[in-house]
Amino acid sequence: MKQVLLGNFAVARAVALARVDVISAYPITPQTLIVEELSEMCARGDCGAKFIKVESEHSALACCMGASAAGARTFTATSSHGLLLMHEMIHWSAGARTPIVMVNVNRAIAPPWNLWSEQTDSLSQRDTGWIQLYCENNQEVLDTTLHAYRIAEQLRVPVMLVMDAFILSHTSEVVDVPDIAQVDRFLPPYNPEVKLDPADPHSFGSITGGAEYQELKRIRHEAILRARDVALEVDSEFDAIFGRKYGIVQPYRCDDAELILLTSGTTAGTARIAVDALREEGVAAGTLKVRLFRPFPAHAIAEGVGDAPKVAVIDRNVSLGAGGIFAQELKAAFYDMDRRPEIIGIVSGLGGGDFTPEAIARIAHNAASAKGRRGEAVWEAL
Amino acid sequence: MSAPRGGAETVDMIEIRFHGRGGQGAVVASRVLAEAAFLEGRHVQSFPAFGLERRGAPVMAFTRIQDSPIYNHSQIYAPDLVVVLDASLMDIVDVTAGLKKDGLVLVNSATGPADIPGLVSLAAAAVNAGEIATANGLGSRTHPIVNTSILGALARASGYVKLESVVGAIEKIISIRPGANVKACREAYEAVRMKEASLNTM
Repeated sequence: MKQVLLGNFAVARAVALARVDVISAYPITPQTLIVEELSEMCARGDCGAKFIKVESEHSALACCMGASAAGARTFTATSSHGLLLMHEMIHWSAGARTPIVMVNVNRAIAPPWNLWSEQTDSLSQRDTGWIQLYCENNQEVLDTTLHAYRIAEQLRVPVMLVMDAFILSHTSEVVDVPDIAQVDRFLPPYNPEVKLDPADPHSFGSITGGAEYQELKRIRHEAILRARDVALEVDSEFDAIFGRKYGIVQPYRCDDAELILLTSGTTAGTARIAVDALREEGVAAGTLKVRLFRPFPAHAIAEGVGDAPKVAVIDRNVSLGAGGIFAQELKAAFYDMDRRPEIIGIVSGLGGGDFTPEAIARIAHNAASAKGRRGEAVWEAL
Repeated sequence: MSAPRGGAETVDMIEIRFHGRGGQGAVVASRVLAEAAFLEGRHVQSFPAFGLERRGAPVMAFTRIQDSPIYNHSQIYAPDLVVVLDASLMDIVDVTAGLKKDGLVLVNSATGPADIPGLVSLAAAAVNAGEIATANGLGSRTHPIVNTSILGALARASGYVKLESVVGAIEKIISIRPGANVKACREAYEAVRMKEASLNTM
């Protein structure tokens, strides 16, 4: 049934629909409403999960890991400093192959204090072995939460869903909330082959030498690489039941484009409006939204870019001393390809800067007139 | 793929900006208005200005209404309608900043729209939402909660949503004293006074 829902409440509804067994989370702005809503839903009986209160985000993820190892479907949510406090457990939960789903509402990292949207928090976790999916609107947030459990449990790899602070978390939009019976058809109960069970003892996380350690890492790497195909399969199955399909990248007016804006999150939608305006001015622009960041969907992006000679990557994040992170990933991905467009990395919108259609069009104009390859990121103020 | 579409259909978009003080209900007003438009089958967005909220401090909230899905996730800079929940804000905030040429300003004020300084050249509407809210026991005499009253006036002055849609949205969303809020909304719908933009700005 269609409803007007805050992004944070769309997450909470999805968690209840997924019949999550255990939730453990610690509140932090701008994620707080997810935790408050879920704890109230659990108290009212509208969500069947056991809600475990903890004293920190590190403990929240540790609780999810233990519960997941025992065979429970688990959920946590955090943001910014909370995510960073989890860092050790983020590595560990992925290594332990616990298919936890976490929502990270991305928010800038202090100092100076800033509560607003920036992707550096989630992207700084790119080497931990989690799959990452970036969402554009509240419907996609709800739907992707359901996708995430399918992907995580099939691959035994945890999934982080990423949504922009305030621009989604505190914005109400129309969301079609599916019927739980339909969700049950899409998402069967979690039944792992191996789990912590006193009646059937196994050892978890023992010490190994380099040979076994490397082999286990290779197996994990292969599992994460399979996420590109699995995400597409899950997306198709979801579409068959619910009539909504997202892909792992979403091209818009890219077919004959001379300049493609690579975007993620809410910026993608605003960029489509900018592209329409640019087209009316006679600039052959397109935009490509990247939903799946890890594993990086190199071939899907290359297909979307096609023959376009230039790609401008809009990064609401930065690896200091290196540049925008999506731009780095894109450059690395294209190095092995036969057809390599000119790639311009743009760092903009840090700490919640507002991407208007006009600002994106201005960024596109600057990128279109830039000459020659350059290694350095271009910083655009909004 | 449910192909994403861009701005080609944004011609019918309505953008509304609310100015209030923390505690007056501007954010809830933007949310109730979105619900009212949603009840009419339209796509909506409602969000606060992403700042640090403090009681009494100037706050803004926004509503977008469109017949097709809304892809723009930026804040609103060129509203079709500005709603001022507290006329004293007009001394410290440029409430008409960016207002579209044929835009409308709706003010909670004890005076008529023609007597509000700064609005002579604009289409304007005024309603004494503070008095209506107080009479219906919403908030206190010093801090009336005027959001449901002003939305009744909005329905009449702008025509963007029907009064009955606002009433339905209040009944759905406002859990505290919905009856009094609906009554205030209906009274403000009747009481709002409107004026056209004057070409003579002298």
